[in-house]
Amino acid sequence: MSFVKDIQKVLRQNIREYGMFIALFVIMAIFTITTKGIFISSRNISNLLNQTGYIAVLGVGMTLVIVIRHIDLSVGFLAGFLGAVAAIAMEFWGLPVYVVIPFALALGALAGSITAFLVAQMGIPAFVATLAGWLIYRGAILVVTEGTGTIIISSDAFNALGNGFIPDIPGLNFLPEVHKLTLLLGIITMILFVISEINSRRRKQAYNFEVLPMNVFTLKLVFASLVIAGITWVLSGYNGLSWTVVIVLIVVAIYHFVSTQTVLGRHIYAIGGNPEAAELSGVNVKKITYVVFSSMGMLSALSGMLFASRLQSATTTAGNLFELDAIAAAFVGGVSAAGGVGKVTGAIIGALVMMSLSSGMNLMGIGIAYQYMVRGAVLAAAVIFDVATRSTGK
Amino acid sequence: MKPPILEMRRITKEFPGVKALDDVSFQVKKGEIHCLVGENGAGKSTLMKVLSGVYPHGEYAGEIVFEGEIQEFGSISDSEQAGIAIIYQELALIPDMAIFENIFLGHEIGNGFTINWNETVKRAGEMLEKVKLDVNPATKVKDLGVGKQQLVEIAKSLSRDVKLLILDEPTSALNEDDVENLFDLLRDIKDQGVTCVLITHKLKEVIEIADAVTVLRDGKTVCTLDAHEGEVSESVLIRHMVGREIEDIYPKRQHQIADEIVLEVNDWTAYDPNIGRTVFESVKFNLRKGEIVGFAGLMGSGRTELARSIFGNPDKYKTSGNVYIKGSKKNFRHPQESIAAGVAYVTEDRKKNGLILIQDVKQNITLANLKEIARRGVVDDNAEIKVATDYKDSLGIKTPSIEQKVENLSGGNQQKVSVAKWLYVQPEILILDEPTRGIDVGAKFEIYTIMNQLVEQGMSIIMVSSELPEILGMSDRVYIVSSGKITGEMPIEEATQENIMHMATLN
Repeated sequence: MSFVKDIQKVLRQNIREYGMFIALFVIMAIFTITTKGIFISSRNISNLLNQTGYIAVLGVGMTLVIVIRHIDLSVGFLAGFLGAVAAIAMEFWGLPVYVVIPFALALGALAGSITAFLVAQMGIPAFVATLAGWLIYRGAILVVTEGTGTIIISSDAFNALGNGFIPDIPGLNFLPEVHKLTLLLGIITMILFVISEINSRRRKQAYNFEVLPMNVFTLKLVFASLVIAGITWVLSGYNGLSWTVVIVLIVVAIYHFVSTQTVLGRHIYAIGGNPEAAELSGVNVKKITYVVFSSMGMLSALSGMLFASRLQSATTTAGNLFELDAIAAAFVGGVSAAGGVGKVTGAIIGALVMMSLSSGMNLMGIGIAYQYMVRGAVLAAAVIFDVATRSTGK
Repeated sequence: MKPPILEMRRITKEFPGVKALDDVSFQVKKGEIHCLVGENGAGKSTLMKVLSGVYPHGEYAGEIVFEGEIQEFGSISDSEQAGIAIIYQELALIPDMAIFENIFLGHEIGNGFTINWNETVKRAGEMLEKVKLDVNPATKVKDLGVGKQQLVEIAKSLSRDVKLLILDEPTSALNEDDVENLFDLLRDIKDQGVTCVLITHKLKEVIEIADAVTVLRDGKTVCTLDAHEGEVSESVLIRHMVGREIEDIYPKRQHQIADEIVLEVNDWTAYDPNIGRTVFESVKFNLRKGEIVGFAGLMGSGRTELARSIFGNPDKYKTSGNVYIKGSKKNFRHPQESIAAGVAYVTEDRKKNGLILIQDVKQNITLANLKEIARRGVVDDNAEIKVATDYKDSLGIKTPSIEQKVENLSGGNQQKVSVAKWLYVQPEILILDEPTRGIDVGAKFEIYTIMNQLVEQGMSIIMVSSELPEILGMSDRVYIVSSGKITGEMPIEEATQENIMHMATLN
């Protein structure tokens, strides 16, 4: 039975990578059973993904911050503050949405670069520098919402970010209950995925590099295709892809590409692995620190806008505890506190795990007090798993 | 015939895919100094980790008999309890604590709840006397030199009634005086009945101090020699270690040194604001194309600082003076700029600041020159693998795969990865800081061969080394550094161990 052995070997070598997928799968399966299928319903999954969006983008940025051995506690209230600024810019200054979004993102990047200045230039520990930011932005939200309290956002375009769905292809009458464009995009994604996997395998073989055995490779393709098909089917059964999911996918795609394929990404992970060696290898540690914190600030702005859009308003408590959810998502997603290890795609899975727990337990009617405890236990378990498998990984 | 204090019988320890120890037997007699030698990867450290309980009973096959009883150590504290202490290359002291705190750390003197500091200081003083270290026990460990820190470490072991003291490469960071002190002390504590096991690469030291020597090769015991039977000489040991006689461990080279001066440094002074002192002063030297220039001197004489100040000054020294690369004046503010100007620097401590241990071989090799394999900022994975494979083959890096994490390689192979990284930036000037520290004879020979090939191709090399034979065997010209000043310069023909050592101890 060499096939089974192959699979066992691949699983053992990549247990860290596959572990969280398995965990997510198990969690979803359990909730599907305990809620008699409500959890996996199109409507619930669609909601779940939309709720995950604003934490997921923070988790992506947080992963890179933790990879370079820092932390950012200020992101929650920064997100809340910039969401409020965006609301004010639209409602009181009358700026159009297409100006407000880039403006808020730029402000976020600026805020991040201030943090980077404190950390990289002044040598203040990130924990302290961003704790200061946490206090300052918390105050800032209160200041800007002081006169008005909650600011209701009237722009439909902006509110669509957190609540809207991509339009369907007009004029198609078959399958009336199904969102056809979503289905089509899903199929295209599946085909592109298969083609790119086959190409990459072929290129590696051309160089005589080690590749997965053919049967395991086929199994992987079939399994991944089934997952994509499943998600597509579930989503197209409700309103289709939401704009939030589209935005998150774009962010993840960009960050995944940058972190794995570019010189910038390599430099980030090199600094995380050994900052001194990286510096002596010609990597500009200060510059990279600026880039990572600025990106974190920018993603905070995005997160803040997604959240404001979802509530269709900016509130005085927006952003509360986001930073801790983002840090939890990053750790559940496999980032190492020692630096240098962790994938941005892991943060998305981590965010999904944490949100699935909330969603599932809500559906089961479990009280919020117990929800916190369960999520805490899962976070601890994830890190224990990470530590335990570190030595056996390749 | 003295009875054995320690007997390790038929020890076998496997890691996934590797048999690190294969049926090793190791016997140490009571009250002797027993040296354990072997190439890197021969299994010395693994054997000691089995002994000390780092790999607990059950993870290895075979048995350990200590003081006549079969031991099953489940952890380091078990072996400490039995009277075995190991002092590692990287010292396990806490720099910001005083000597007396360090000595009794983990077995504080007191009533179990509060510490009796007066008694602690008094006992620490007695321990320091035992190791002949004449400093105030309240001194912070970070204010001591490496040699003295090592003595503190030994005092710490002695304070625990150690019966078997194991020292792993104790002399790699010491200068000759400190080594002598250490050896005197080891002979002393031997007379007090403490048995010592010494792991070392330096064969001269083995011959000087050992009562018995055990040689390991490829995870197997080759032989145990009795030094008092006259069996031990350097060539015999090398033959056992590598399985062949190395006639000359310094390969010959055929090369032309051009007249062209590629690096010239004048009146170069650096002040380190962090520690508040001048690290070197009015240094003047030059380097010609195709030349290997050795920088000899004792530890802490300022050679590493000098190298780093030229290589982009990452420590932010305040410098004055002039550095010319191929005739044009340079003022590097970041290693990046030095690399761009064709200068590369292989650090003295590859684990601390040379390599990214958690990354794989290929990522380490390409790190300093990623732009070469990237187009518009995107790294070409296939090109990278090709580059790494080329260097793996040309430098003979022994690794199962270029996707192996560097932390899993032996010291010699790690050093080759370090060198490969810097060769890939295609420098004209290569600074090698202690290029063969902590690596075995076979790997040393390979590193030297690579150096020869490089200068034959026209590269210029600065070699900072604390090993005099290496300086004499490899350099074309030697500068001697002492206390931050260049105290001598001589062509290799005039250099001897004696005159270099003389100049290195001036000031």
